[in-house]
Amino acid sequence: MKSDATLHPSSFRLHPAVSVRALALTYLAVLLIIPLSVIFVDGLRGGLGGLVRAVTQPVAMHALWLSLWTAAVMAAINAVMGTLTAYVLVRYEFPGKPLLNALVDLPFAIPTLVTGVMLVVLYGPQRALGAWLDQTLGLKIIFAPPGIILALLFITFPFVTRAVQPVLQDLDREQEEAAATIGAGSWTIFRRVVLPAIALPLTTGALLSFARAIGEFGAIVVVAGNIPLRSQTAAVYVFGEIESENQRAASAMSIVMLAIAFALVVLVDYLQRKKDEG
Amino acid sequence: MKDEVIKSEGTGSPGSAFSLQPSALSLHPSLLKWLLIGAVALYVGVLILAPLGALVAGAFADGPGAIVRALAEPDVLSAFWRTLLISVVVVVVHAVCGTAVAWVLVRQNFHGRRLLNGLIDLPFAVSPVVAGYMLILLFGRRGLLAPLTDAIGVKVAFALPGMILATLFVTMPFIVRELMPILHAFGVEQEQAAATIGASGWQTFWLVTFPALRWGFIYGLTLTFARALGEFGAVIVISGGIQGRTETATLYIFRALDDRQYVGSYSAALVLGLISLLLVLGTDLLRRKDQ
Repeated sequence: MKSDATLHPSSFRLHPAVSVRALALTYLAVLLIIPLSVIFVDGLRGGLGGLVRAVTQPVAMHALWLSLWTAAVMAAINAVMGTLTAYVLVRYEFPGKPLLNALVDLPFAIPTLVTGVMLVVLYGPQRALGAWLDQTLGLKIIFAPPGIILALLFITFPFVTRAVQPVLQDLDREQEEAAATIGAGSWTIFRRVVLPAIALPLTTGALLSFARAIGEFGAIVVVAGNIPLRSQTAAVYVFGEIESENQRAASAMSIVMLAIAFALVVLVDYLQRKKDEG
Repeated sequence: MKDEVIKSEGTGSPGSAFSLQPSALSLHPSLLKWLLIGAVALYVGVLILAPLGALVAGAFADGPGAIVRALAEPDVLSAFWRTLLISVVVVVVHAVCGTAVAWVLVRQNFHGRRLLNGLIDLPFAVSPVVAGYMLILLFGRRGLLAPLTDAIGVKVAFALPGMILATLFVTMPFIVRELMPILHAFGVEQEQAAATIGASGWQTFWLVTFPALRWGFIYGLTLTFARALGEFGAVIVISGGIQGRTETATLYIFRALDDRQYVGSYSAALVLGLISLLLVLGTDLLRRKDQ
């Protein structure tokens, strides 16, 4: 047996390799492919027309639109503040820097439902700050879009920062110094030299945070509640339709959300591949 | 400082063609530095630290005794145990199958490998509610596989197996994505060397490949465990959240909030958040120390 293995190591190694592949593929099929296909089969049972009719109901449309625009606002703010955070972490030395660096990862470690509870404790209508904001500024946070955007910003805070940070770290400082010697101001240097270099991680980070935001449920259901035509997002809408056993509507919206998620994942993959090849 | 000097020179020689217009907003570098740091500090303070502080204050509103009393309720304890059980099962399954997937995707070539590689990330982008709903379509009352599970007498939906499947789905990418780059970087030379001196496939894996993967493995599983502890959307859909039977820690937090049992809800949220946080930050710290 042993001598056999020494003579033909590849033939001996074939068996475990094949069984490991079988295990891996079965696992992926059971966990990913079968569930994903079932949803498409169910949602397209009434044809594409049925799907479109289900999603264009006013309540569904409102939910989808709310998800899309709050996610877009979040991605824009995240792009700016995430880049700024990465810039500050890479370029400056200051007391508390290790703490800030650790805080960036904190949202990854905290359950999103807990994030939602935190925001309700801080801004809830019965709480001091929430009541003050409502009465003096007329600003409603909980059960309203600002709460959704705050929750999404909290959850996706690491996305842009952690994508931009390593690229900024590796960036050659010579170009920036050269630009400075010919009299370029800090903003010009940032816009002309730094920004083009971090454009790709910035874009992919923002796109992935957008994808993550479209599907978010735990934080939003706590912060925004489940009020149709007002604060109900797409994910909360699907939840409501499952609860009321309205399978057609739940499947239709699920397919739309899956399509958005899939398109974004493919887009990010394409952008990264293009960069690697170019 | 250097910047200032150059700028004043630049304005003194308007003929210089290369001189870019210094922005009117140009600030003294150290002023700019503290302005940017201040902006980030304010952002992190408002966005992350203030809600965190509010939760701590909310949980302690009626004193530490109230927290202990709220968490010692039998329903709450059983919810936390259920969460722990699900998370442990999920970690064990992913430790085996996730490692296999990473290994197969990096080391083997077959049709559809690229497609599978792309699909691995999908659970991160798919809404947890949709993930739970997929399982309802498969195992729910009128589910596609319901006749099969009924025949063998296993209850999947509205029971523990379904909750485990849902958590497996949402946590799938962590271990795979943690291990794949390490396997790539590690290369095959040492594995081939082990094979030429007669090591079997398993021996090669345990004695050569696995030691290189160790920290990625531990960190990936920690992230999996933390995410499993906090999973909510997928689990509430598949479990139905039956109090005392299929309620997990997150489901309890949600129900208690709805029932206005604020201290219970806030305390459980605080404990769950702290456990996840300590797990992830602690492992990260250990890993950095080791490397």
